[in-house]
Amino acid sequence: MKPGRLFGVLIAGGLFGTGLALSGMTDPARVIGFLDVFGDWDPALLFVMAGAVATYGLGTFALRRFAGAGEKLPTTKSEPIDRRLVIGAGIFGVGWGLIGFCPGPALANLGALRIEALIFVLAMVGGMVIAQQVFGADSEQ
Amino acid sequence: MAHYSYSHALIGGILIGLASLIAAVLTGKVPGISGIFGRLLLPSTPDKLWRAVFLAGLIGGAALSFALWESAALFRPTRPLAVMAWAGLLVGFGTRLGKGCTSGHGVCGVATGAKDSIAATMIFVGVAMMTVFVYNLINP
Repeated sequence: MKPGRLFGVLIAGGLFGTGLALSGMTDPARVIGFLDVFGDWDPALLFVMAGAVATYGLGTFALRRFAGAGEKLPTTKSEPIDRRLVIGAGIFGVGWGLIGFCPGPALANLGALRIEALIFVLAMVGGMVIAQQVFGADSEQ
Repeated sequence: MAHYSYSHALIGGILIGLASLIAAVLTGKVPGISGIFGRLLLPSTPDKLWRAVFLAGLIGGAALSFALWESAALFRPTRPLAVMAWAGLLVGFGTRLGKGCTSGHGVCGVATGAKDSIAATMIFVGVAMMTVFVYNLINP
């Protein structure tokens, strides 16, 4: 990859981390508050999802429709909804609900050198390596 | 939570969507964090450099935000460290087996109407909500 493009990727990563921190996704209590629908529910993360989905969805639509950039964008073909997807998403849901960290916010919290994030990320590396090496789960997204 | 508002959530979400869009155009890959990070851990992955650069940007951008905004720096872990470790293991394993996390499935997949991503998102959000319910039941 050319240096200019790589710099663009760095900026994209920076915007992603800024978005996570600004939106409140990096605060586990707030994420748990969103997931606690049977208790003291905090709907704020719906706004995060709405903003992100609308921007990415409209953006990819506009790039394909008006800029003819369709071939540069990743294909969005749906893969089959198989047992692995269902079980994997379920296991992820248990982990997410346990503490309120998904992969992005956990990595973002490394930026504040938080011990909780370090422990979580090290364990996450273990889980990923098991899935990839033992079960061959090496998908792109 | 006086420093926090729905507008922060919305603006943060828009930034996440925009960042994902830029990354998708530049790399030609669906920018899901679990996939970007997971493939970095695979020895056979040929395109490790942009993945490392993206994640370095993510951590740097977050670090800058924590320093700039009080609301962004808010961090309230509510569970013991041992639970953190178990949760990390489950999140790492589950996101790779299920082919995506909150960003790959929840943002990019849902936004482009991919049926597998919509199904996965409904499952992990639903299961996470049930997990919180059960955890609160056991630990009142």
